[in-house]
Amino acid sequence: MAENKTENSLSQRLLSAAGQVGLPTLIIAAFWLLTLLGGFAVGISMQALVSDTIKRAGMNGILVLAMVPAIQSGTGPNFALPIGIVCGLFAMVCAIEAGAVGFGWLALSFLICVPLAAAAGYGYGKLMNAVKGSEMTIATYTGFSVVALMCLAWLTLPFKNPKMGWFIGKGLRETIQLDAVGAAQILNKILEFRIGDVIIPTGLLLTFAFFCILTQIFFRSKTGIAISAGGINPKFARAAGIDIDRNRILANIISTILGAAGIIVYSQSFGYAQLYTAPLMMAFPAVAAVLIGGATASRAKVSHVVIGVILFQGLLTTALPVANVVFAGTDLSEIMRMIIQNGIILYALTQVKGDAK
Amino acid sequence: MMNNMLAPEAAKTSGHPAAQWLLNNIVTLIFIAFTLFGFFISDNVTLPFFLSELSSRVFRNSFLVLSLIIPVLAGLGLNFGIVIGAMSGQIAVSIVRYFDGGGVSGLLYAFAIAFFVAALCGYLTGLLYNKTRGQEMIASLIVGYFANGIYQFLFLFVVGVIIAVPATHPMIKPDGIGVRMTVDLVPLKAGGLKYALDDMCTMPFVYALLLMAVCIFIFTAARWIINNRRGESYKNSRGQAAANLLLGGAIAAVSLHAIITDSQLMMVRRVPVVTGLMITALCIFTSLITKTKLGQDFRSTGFSQNVSRVSGIDVDRTRIIATVISTVLASWGQIIYLQNMGTLNTYNAHTQIGMFSVASLLVGGASTSKANVKNAIFGTILFNSMFIMSPEIGQSLFGQALLGEYFRTFMVYGVIGLALGLYVWKAAKDAERASMTE
Repeated sequence: MAENKTENSLSQRLLSAAGQVGLPTLIIAAFWLLTLLGGFAVGISMQALVSDTIKRAGMNGILVLAMVPAIQSGTGPNFALPIGIVCGLFAMVCAIEAGAVGFGWLALSFLICVPLAAAAGYGYGKLMNAVKGSEMTIATYTGFSVVALMCLAWLTLPFKNPKMGWFIGKGLRETIQLDAVGAAQILNKILEFRIGDVIIPTGLLLTFAFFCILTQIFFRSKTGIAISAGGINPKFARAAGIDIDRNRILANIISTILGAAGIIVYSQSFGYAQLYTAPLMMAFPAVAAVLIGGATASRAKVSHVVIGVILFQGLLTTALPVANVVFAGTDLSEIMRMIIQNGIILYALTQVKGDAK
Repeated sequence: MMNNMLAPEAAKTSGHPAAQWLLNNIVTLIFIAFTLFGFFISDNVTLPFFLSELSSRVFRNSFLVLSLIIPVLAGLGLNFGIVIGAMSGQIAVSIVRYFDGGGVSGLLYAFAIAFFVAALCGYLTGLLYNKTRGQEMIASLIVGYFANGIYQFLFLFVVGVIIAVPATHPMIKPDGIGVRMTVDLVPLKAGGLKYALDDMCTMPFVYALLLMAVCIFIFTAARWIINNRRGESYKNSRGQAAANLLLGGAIAAVSLHAIITDSQLMMVRRVPVVTGLMITALCIFTSLITKTKLGQDFRSTGFSQNVSRVSGIDVDRTRIIATVISTVLASWGQIIYLQNMGTLNTYNAHTQIGMFSVASLLVGGASTSKANVKNAIFGTILFNSMFIMSPEIGQSLFGQALLGEYFRTFMVYGVIGLALGLYVWKAAKDAERASMTE
């Protein structure tokens, strides 16, 4: 890997990095710059935009990071991210039910979500091994089914804590306020500071960085390299004695756990845990973000996640106020999100090597 | 007929034949069991209510489900991209509605406009599918979401900002930009599109049943005789013909009984004849196209692109044609759907169409590579029965209709996932066995 070679001078490395930047990344970056300039021209506070961008990138980061193991193992982008997400949501709900508050709640949530997500990821990995070649379509519908199944669960499971129930009737609320357990923005507020009007949520960024580094270290380990090798060339890897199926399952377990942890970090920053159909479409922005960062449907790195999530969330954050001022009365930013997000996934699909019968 | 209808593919995988049959038809069986279960436990569903609901839903949705068959033949898999056709249909309906068109002429305009819009969109989608070979299904799903973005851009921004429209028009939002969330399509009597197709001619439900039974008799007899005349009597299957006659006889008996005793079946809502004829026409078109040169190209492309290419078929072009036909049919299907609904839910009416239609086809016993008219019609009936029953089941089992609705959503997603997953899994097993025997 290029990063490992210490003899490369900084300028050379920058140059080679610039050469590696893909077309989607450049287009989105240019577009973001354009909206920023537009926002500046119509007098929108840049500090607020930067603050929001940082916050939203940190919020979504781990969900995007969940794509890396799945892509590297050769399963393709984890379109079944909602599986991990509902595990995380379930853990949060259980932690509230147990009466935990503040950091205790956060720790308990993480603690519950890991075994849960590992079990779910194992099953999901098994499924992905059974349907090689059509992983993406089936993953999407597996994710959808799990979300729908959990809708039934949210409605029927006998949770008692009044902080989560409806005032009348059975079942959990659509959105659960994390304020009630003293956990709203709990990570964001650790060591939070301001530069001018720009708010830096240090705790949130450190959490994201922690997971990134963990993933990076894992993919430098023997198992990690074996997973990547299986993704690049399954036949070769098999000849080298690597158990590809086992590695794919492992990668999907990691991906699912990251999804579960990701939604906990997301929810605490958002201030609400969103149940029922909220997780349904959450995989697509995450897939789009990693692709924008320069990943393909078969190769992804942690750096792609960081670049992608900043660019994508930055663009979305900027576009909303700018579009509202420039084209008052329309909801252009949501439309733009749909077009960019799905356009980028389609672009990535056209780059997948076709296996025509 | 039932057996034949339910067996989507020859049982290639080994194992006990009964287990095999169960595995091949698991999706269909789950739905039948669920619907029957619903009948047993819910008391407030009367037969006339159920049949009225079911027949209006079947007439509303069949055309859309049928539009999925040709891409399956051509090897494109299940075309979730029919939502693009549905959007084209909605664009056409909106244009007709904007200019206060209605009645038969308005309907014809809508079909014509939809044809051109859908053909263009279908062509572009076809190009995309050729670039995403092997991943058409996920591409078709995503391109539907992508097109939805463009559709919203058109309806929320272009209308009003780029194309000037009067804010006083009942379709346009009060601020003059964008189309309203729901647009009333104006009843036929007031010169609008609502029921424009359905109300052209209607007939009582039981007579329609009787007519259907007669058609089944004629169809079975005609096929038998024609096959004999051509000296292709080996194509005749006694069992299937007997099953057909039995089915026809049962339907005829039920309808005659209802007519004579004036039973509660007489209270079922009247059925739209012209819509029925259009659906029948599409069924015949889809069956007959496989006999043409183009249809043979579809099949051969679906079987193997490489072999087809070698034998001189323009594979890319064939696939594009299949997509265009599917998209155009879907746009017409959506017009039929909308005139029956009577209102245009501008931003929601199309979003679920792809999913529901695909689920219907799969429930009928189709798979990614095999689908026919019987799968589509049988699947539509079964899927919509489930759709009507599930809130009732939720209500009577748990006292919550909402639960039934969530369960319904789960069934839709689950059925697609299960059917696709089983298909790939079986194909992988067969490939494995083939390589073992070599």
